[in-house]
Amino acid sequence: MRTHLTRRGVVAATAAGLGLALITVRAKAAANASVTIDNFTFSPQTLTVAAGTKVTFTNQDDIPHTITSDASPPLFKSPPLDTDDTFAFTFATPGTYAYFCSLHPHMQGSVIVQ
Amino acid sequence: MAELKSRRAALECMLWAGTGVVWTVAGGIPRGRLIGTAEAATRDFSFVQISDSHIGFSHDPNMDVPGTLKSGIDLLKAMPKRPSLMLHTGDVSHLSKPSEFDTAAQIIGTAGFETHYVPGEHDVLIDETAPFIERFQKGVKQGNAGGAYYSFDNSGVHFIGLNNVSNLKAGGLGQLGDAQLAWLQDDVSGRSASQPIVVFAHIPLWTVYAPWGWGTDDSARALALLSRFGSVTVLNGHIHQVLQKVEGKVAFHTARSTAFPQPAPGTAPSAGPMKVDPGQLRSVLGVASITVVPTDAHLAIIDTPLA
Repeated sequence: MRTHLTRRGVVAATAAGLGLALITVRAKAAANASVTIDNFTFSPQTLTVAAGTKVTFTNQDDIPHTITSDASPPLFKSPPLDTDDTFAFTFATPGTYAYFCSLHPHMQGSVIVQ
Repeated sequence: MAELKSRRAALECMLWAGTGVVWTVAGGIPRGRLIGTAEAATRDFSFVQISDSHIGFSHDPNMDVPGTLKSGIDLLKAMPKRPSLMLHTGDVSHLSKPSEFDTAAQIIGTAGFETHYVPGEHDVLIDETAPFIERFQKGVKQGNAGGAYYSFDNSGVHFIGLNNVSNLKAGGLGQLGDAQLAWLQDDVSGRSASQPIVVFAHIPLWTVYAPWGWGTDDSARALALLSRFGSVTVLNGHIHQVLQKVEGKVAFHTARSTAFPQPAPGTAPSAGPMKVDPGQLRSVLGVASITVVPTDAHLAIIDTPLA
């Protein structure tokens, strides 16, 4: 924990020195995030993002999957994603959004929007 | 050319004879025998099962899925006794594309068998069941409109085709749903308990391996409706390998895929296609034939690899 804090301190100090560059990077990080599918698993399984973030899901398996909202009715449902296909959704409102693969419903993930 | 043809036929017969295994279920105990010793081919009524064609799949280990489906169909066409009908237990296509349905229908059609289909989850990805019904269940009297489930009789056997791949729920397994179960109850009521029942559906109707979704949440309710029958055979696909189980009067059986193998339950990080050497591929793909033995109503199932 102590080491971790120290490292963060170093990063902060370095970042402060970079000034404007840091702001640009942070703005970009807040706007985009990604989830990948490997071995029938969403990664990260739980993703935390700021409101307004566009999340892109990429299927890296050689079997198709879908990204289907668990809400009723579903808030989003991707078409079937074949290998390397992507699906993007922008999460505008804070909340917890559970989703699953409608072909393999044991595959589950969630996006927490703050 | 004639010589080539007959040599090919001879080779196919050798493959068939050398690798086929007959499963007879007698007294609740499944017994395996080499096909050469089996009586199955001489019986009156037989039918065949194919599954998981996955037309549209093109990855390691199989870049020619139409080719292996064709090999499976050719194997069935070459059977010494022509089967009365064929069942397809779903995942005809990989991505529910019309072109995939076309290719599958064209190849399967070359057999000229009366063919009965149920959908796999890969067949209902676009517009739910409608395109699949339009293509593969045309003229079928649906259990419920759009349900993609139905029944029919042939040679004294009652066949029930179920759909357990629609509207799957997060974290769940396959499901039949209340409407389908109510229809099934109606469908079998009043039938003689001595009539052989063959149920065919895509996802196994027994829990093979829940962590991979290999089972059906409400299958016990369906089996309860069939419990009074003396001979129930349940044929499934989905898991791309042969598994058998007998529970009371019910014999469960899953068929090989004609496209790619999947790992044995729990033996790999996921249920993705199992990579095998090109020379091994055909030994893990295949088709099944089932014979109704009129004297004791038990069914004999023969699984035959493509090579």
